Amino acid sequence: MSVDQGTVRRVARLARLKVQDEDVPRLAGELNAILGFIEQLNEVDVAAVEPLTSVVTMKMKMRADDVTDGHRAGQIVANAPAQEDSFFMVPKVVE
Amino acid sequence: MTSLTSLTIAQARDGLRNRTFSALDLTEAYLLAMEKARVLNAYVVETPDKARAMAKDSDARLAGGQGGALEGIPLGIKDLFATDGVHTQACSHVLDGFKPTYESTVTANLWRDGAVMLGKLNMDEFAMGSSNETSYYGKVINPWRRKGSNAALVPGGSSGGSAAAVAAHICAGATATDTGGSIRQPAAFTGTVGIKPTYGRCSRWGIVAFASSLDQAGPIARDVRDAAILLRSMASVDPKDTTSVDVPVPDYEASVGRPVKGLRVGIPREYRVDGMPAEIDALWQKAASWLREQGAEIVEISLPHTKYALPAYYIVAPAEASSNLARYDGVRYGLRVPGDDIVDMYEKSRAAGFGREVQRRILIGTYVLSAGYYDAYYVRAQKVRTLIKRDFDRAWEKVDVVLTPATPSPAFAPGEITDPVQMYLNDIFTVTVNMAGLPGISVPGGLSADGLPLGLQLIGKPFGEETLFQTAAAIEAAAGGYTAAQWW
Repeated sequence: MSVDQGTVRRVARLARLKVQDEDVPRLAGELNAILGFIEQLNEVDVAAVEPLTSVVTMKMKMRADDVTDGHRAGQIVANAPAQEDSFFMVPKVVE
Repeated sequence: MTSLTSLTIAQARDGLRNRTFSALDLTEAYLLAMEKARVLNAYVVETPDKARAMAKDSDARLAGGQGGALEGIPLGIKDLFATDGVHTQACSHVLDGFKPTYESTVTANLWRDGAVMLGKLNMDEFAMGSSNETSYYGKVINPWRRKGSNAALVPGGSSGGSAAAVAAHICAGATATDTGGSIRQPAAFTGTVGIKPTYGRCSRWGIVAFASSLDQAGPIARDVRDAAILLRSMASVDPKDTTSVDVPVPDYEASVGRPVKGLRVGIPREYRVDGMPAEIDALWQKAASWLREQGAEIVEISLPHTKYALPAYYIVAPAEASSNLARYDGVRYGLRVPGDDIVDMYEKSRAAGFGREVQRRILIGTYVLSAGYYDAYYVRAQKVRTLIKRDFDRAWEKVDVVLTPATPSPAFAPGEITDPVQMYLNDIFTVTVNMAGLPGISVPGGLSADGLPLGLQLIGKPFGEETLFQTAAAIEAAAGGYTAAQWW
């Protein structure tokens, strides 16, 4: 499997990363080198193997569905680049 | 009089309890040492006012006979741990200006036990790197240099600031995190002791997430005893992290000095990799003979899927990272670069905020998780993880602990490794441990021909940290400790 420049652009779009045109060939090369390294996993027979879901055998913890926290709007927006009246401010999304 | 910064945590604890010196004396000594060592770039933020206030509180508690397990002990905190009101940026530009309004569970546990915060430590951006060269705040310089050379070396990564600060005696101990080797590899490069505990031993709450199924916090310290003291305070069961495991935290320090007679130590043949320097192989053999001389039984074992751990890691870790790092969008915190519309703003903010290595891993992660590839990559890698874990499950039928080298080489120079895959190979001995969720400790074993520290790794059963401290202390007793000569 080889990543071409179109794939780099598509994946960058999915990842919401703006890539400069001049960086696309370099990124394609690097991604191909990493994918080439990963390729050796195809040697492993995993037909009858279950994927690992937890490294330690334990039952999923459950908690009561109670409200235990809240009223922290000020803290939540404290680090926002733009905020007003405890709302995050963003460019207009809906016309 | 010995300088206060040369004391281990255990020694400082005694001095504080006996009132030989005050917590404030100790903190002032560290603040001065930090100022003199700025050339190492180990700290990204120093918090002297907070340190002095905490030390004064410690002195009050000590005077009242109320001191906790770490009362008055000055620590450095990796920039990945959220600290209330203090710079927490994972050494990334994307988290510019971020000051959490909450405290991570691990650091809260340390403060509960009386520890003093000296500042935030440098690291590879988002803990992605093995040389501490990817930090937005510049590279960290290893306090160690090759014999007869003034050339700078890397401290390893991603916890390079933590390891360098401990080795340079500009903190008594440090917090660190390990996703593929980020505690053990820098510890090996700096002659310090670092332990990555079992997945679930320390709460991940309030630690900036990289790869959630692999990330674990642990300490870097000057010796095995100090690492044991720190881990006892850091570890806890936490309702805020459902993956933290309900197992009581033992008194790890009690394992230090426990004889290793009768302990079965496994030597995995797959760790004899091509191109491994002869001195690393020789050190490995020497460590086995030290343990044998102390009555341990050395057993050759096989971990057949070892070579697949690193490629599987480079699917799992970037996949989880691409998902975890989706939150940095310039809306809720950190850097915002204005754009034509909201998507343009996201794309520009992320492109400007993330460094090259982080972007590379986000792209790989997004690619392997994209439509049609999930089974071929992520699911296959998770199946390989099952096989890696099964290798260890079989080994535990024959041995109590596994001994390997910590890294395939001693510290290298900044800029020496530029190929990403070559850099990834630094974690070849450590990454299997994360993939299987096991505990691993790195302990200094000796010096290279160039005079640089070399580390050994011990791998334990799930929640077998006590065996690791016991065995590492036996190696330390034979190998001795290593301190960098001060040139700064």
